[in-house]
Amino acid sequence: MLEFYRQMVLIRRFEEKAGQLYGLGLIGGFCHLYIGQEAVAVGIQSALKPGKDSVITGYRDHGHMLAYGIDPNVIMAELTGREAGISRGKGGSMHMFSVEHKFFGGHGIVGAQVSLGAGLGFAHKYNGDGGVCVAYFGDGAANQGQVYESFNMAELWKLPIIFVIENNQYAMGTSVNRSSAEDQLYRRGESFRIPGIQVNGMDVLAVRGATEEALKWVQGGNGPILLEMKTYRYRGHSMSDPAKYRSREEVQAMRDKSDPIEGVKAYLAAQGVGEDELKKIDQDIRKIVSEAADFAETSPEPDMAELYTDVLVEQY
Amino acid sequence: MGIAIKMPALSPTMEEGTLAKWLVKEGDDVRSGDILAEIETDKATMEFEAVDEGKIGKIMIAEGTEGVKVGTVIAEMAGEGGEEAAPAPKAAAPAKAEAAPEAPKKPVAVKATVADPSLPAGTEYVKTTVREALRDAMAEEMRSDERVFVIGEEVAEYQGAYKVTQGLLDEFGAKRVIDTPITEYGFAGIGTGAAMGGLRPIVEFMTFNFAMQAIDHIINSAAKTNYMSGGQMRCPIVFRGPNGAASRVGAQHSQNYAPWYAAVPGLIVIAPYDAADAKGLLKAAIRSQDPVVFLENELLYGRSFDVPKVDDYILPIGKARIMRSGSDVTLVSYSIGVGLALEAAETLAAEGIDAEVIDLRTLRPLDTATVLESLKKTNRLVVVEEGWPTCSIASEIAAVVMEQGFDDLDAPVLRVTNEDVPLPYAANLEKAALIDAARVVAAAKKVCYK
Repeated sequence: MLEFYRQMVLIRRFEEKAGQLYGLGLIGGFCHLYIGQEAVAVGIQSALKPGKDSVITGYRDHGHMLAYGIDPNVIMAELTGREAGISRGKGGSMHMFSVEHKFFGGHGIVGAQVSLGAGLGFAHKYNGDGGVCVAYFGDGAANQGQVYESFNMAELWKLPIIFVIENNQYAMGTSVNRSSAEDQLYRRGESFRIPGIQVNGMDVLAVRGATEEALKWVQGGNGPILLEMKTYRYRGHSMSDPAKYRSREEVQAMRDKSDPIEGVKAYLAAQGVGEDELKKIDQDIRKIVSEAADFAETSPEPDMAELYTDVLVEQY
Repeated sequence: MGIAIKMPALSPTMEEGTLAKWLVKEGDDVRSGDILAEIETDKATMEFEAVDEGKIGKIMIAEGTEGVKVGTVIAEMAGEGGEEAAPAPKAAAPAKAEAAPEAPKKPVAVKATVADPSLPAGTEYVKTTVREALRDAMAEEMRSDERVFVIGEEVAEYQGAYKVTQGLLDEFGAKRVIDTPITEYGFAGIGTGAAMGGLRPIVEFMTFNFAMQAIDHIINSAAKTNYMSGGQMRCPIVFRGPNGAASRVGAQHSQNYAPWYAAVPGLIVIAPYDAADAKGLLKAAIRSQDPVVFLENELLYGRSFDVPKVDDYILPIGKARIMRSGSDVTLVSYSIGVGLALEAAETLAAEGIDAEVIDLRTLRPLDTATVLESLKKTNRLVVVEEGWPTCSIASEIAAVVMEQGFDDLDAPVLRVTNEDVPLPYAANLEKAALIDAARVVAAAKKVCYK
């Protein structure tokens, strides 16, 4: 539980720092923060087997990457577009990958990761490696056609995949109710016979428990399962979103009543974990994040030769 | 006078077929809808129904006869009361609309093309259709690499909408030859994801027209991943299928996407003409660590060419081929246009113009060196492309030649392309919209000032 706390605080502080760097002009383009949704990635990842199970998500990816144990320095350096970034500065905030951690990105086209994730699941099954793919997408992506094309084939072929809808209530500025005829998104797999579970995505233990159940289902050869994680993002859709489509009170109420980190804190307190221990973690994390920011600010930009590398793997 | 029963055209592109089996015999009474015979085309064995009632008079073509031309009288039916010959019976409708279309252009008898210099003298050649060559390439690569699999619509049990994957299911099983629902965006994404996950998918599109639904994955997911990941995440995948105009299938089914894909960095784009190149380049494409768009041509599937009988015939990606050497004018083309360029070269030869014909084969990366080298010799160049003129491969070649070969030019580069219109259905309009050898001849003469 302390590890959950540590990871969630790391994501929050890291993302806050990223927001600051964005404000300073050190991070460009789009930048989608994960603040508020930390329990989802942390809870799910904790149930997966590193190096065996694969993960794929959309553009709100840096929060996820921290949960997979990827070095904060190379993530932050990618955000600032530096040579030391995990994509050598050529991907940016939306396009980060770590094949080593079986984290397959980092995709900017809404919903694309669902079909790609089904492909990763297909590869697990084809290779018989016992791995499961977790494909994350949002409530917005849940309205893309290819999601259902993938649901159909995933169930037809019993692919080992967990579809995770991170329902943070808003697809950019459009609320679920304004965009979804069936707003209970865990039911979106029904016509494909894919079972769905609605989970409190602000509660890391609930997330972890649901993931364990889902893994059992998938590993039992039953095909895919759908988890709807009811969560909330505190910040705008991206840094350039003023988030005028919801009230300050709504956001504040969510922070006050449902914050995933506060929830873990309360749990730990009840378990008798002292304030000091948590403070110590907080301090460590501040140090890690501040070092990552320094690293990302001081690392050199990519060499101009990088412009032409990695377009193709082979020479023709 | 009886009713003549003629060899039916069972697809728009069928020219001849095998009369596989008679299901009636002389003297049998038949009714409309009875099955008279089974006819085998290069794509499928189809049942042939009677349209009229009557008695089978004489069977003129014995079963087992191959190469029966469409329109040949295969039997006579004694009609009721000896009326005049009625229209020939129509074929049973093809099982799947998309599976049927092919086209009516006559295969062109061309002079033996320049042999592959990398092959030893005395190499044996086997007549092979482009369709078989593609299948052989896939089968060979699937035998040598467990990671290779084929996925697409009707690729397995149906044996391929155009029979390109014929036999693969039998040899490799359902794990590696996978029928999908009609869901291009989805299965292109699954294929791309599987490639990211370490497999070697061959994604077949029934035609590249349908790949428009999937173009997002081809470009945004497959082509860009290696670059966006700083070289970390590969995507070794082949997207293949027929491309370009077929025959009489209208605007939505008749389009050459070569310039679209060739515009995208991160992709390899290959468009072979003959069977040997189809085989050697598809094998190379499957082995490539980069994503490949492999553009075939439906009208070429049934054409036979010499394929060298060697183990593991593989060709380099990115190298054009001089199909015919000449000294007066260079004709640059790819895919089906190469046949027309070769045909035009024969006509030009008869008129004293010696044309060199280059098959680009790979459209990205483009082998500009071979084109520029040829231009140095001929000083005149025509690009022949079965596709639209605007922003075409022809435009690209013209730009390259202008930038890098300007001093070698004795005449402006001319483009022979399709008309700049959606492809019409009417036979005469369709013919007018598509390139032909005569237009190539005219353009070549123009740049030679003859």
